[in-house]
Amino acid sequence: MLRVTRKLEFAAAHFYHNPNLSAEENRRIFGKCNNPKGHGHNYVLEVTVAGEPDPKTGMILDLNELKAILDREVTARMDHKHLNYDVPELSGKIPTCEEIATVIWNLLEPKIRQGRLEHIRLYESPELFVDCARNGQ
Amino acid sequence: MKLSLSRRYSFPASHRLFRAEWSDAENMRVFGKCANSHGHGHNYAVEVSVTGKVDRETGMIANLTDLDGFVRRNVIDAFDHANLNEEIAEFRQIVPTTENLCRVIFKRLEKFPHAKLERIRIEETGKNSFEFSSDGET
Repeated sequence: MLRVTRKLEFAAAHFYHNPNLSAEENRRIFGKCNNPKGHGHNYVLEVTVAGEPDPKTGMILDLNELKAILDREVTARMDHKHLNYDVPELSGKIPTCEEIATVIWNLLEPKIRQGRLEHIRLYESPELFVDCARNGQ
Repeated sequence: MKLSLSRRYSFPASHRLFRAEWSDAENMRVFGKCANSHGHGHNYAVEVSVTGKVDRETGMIANLTDLDGFVRRNVIDAFDHANLNEEIAEFRQIVPTTENLCRVIFKRLEKFPHAKLERIRIEETGKNSFEFSSDGET
């Protein structure tokens, strides 16, 4: 089995606030990420698809098609957006790297039909990232 | 789908690869320039990966403030600007290769109370990296 990885970047704003907690608890748990005016990151996403190359094309999947899926599902939804307000899939969730990666996994997984989505890694910064891997991998 | 959270830390430290019971020639043959008697150093970059349930209230596997504090108290405070051979107790018995450094740091961090430590990955330089995972032997 082979794996192909494509990388993309998007810039987005967010802040962390749980309306079920007091202002003081929000500040204690989320620290400066609780600032309601928000802040932002250049997120970097690596998407890995696994499979056998098609003998006719030598490709696991058409990278143009993968790029089109990523443009539609991720870039159009999240690039230059505010993750608290503009992304319905994150509504009611704290837009942490864990939650964003989970949303991205759930958006991409059913859309990739040649090969299968095996892994995504979402960097919020070079110092912080989340991995989602298919179970049992 | 399995989720893990990784955080990257760094510290500069010095070390020397050698075994006291071996001759200089033997150390030089096995460890090469890393056996240089006065030691040398690296900017180590350490990736700490943890897994666990995403807390419903916070959206987090682990609060980074907790993770940063735990890593600082158990690793960075001791290893930053240190001589690994002489100042880190674990390396009195074992050679401070980066393989062993992965194990030592894993051991120091595995009691992190808020999530399960899954992997330690260390870049000794931009060209060399080493990993130790919880599913491996200990």
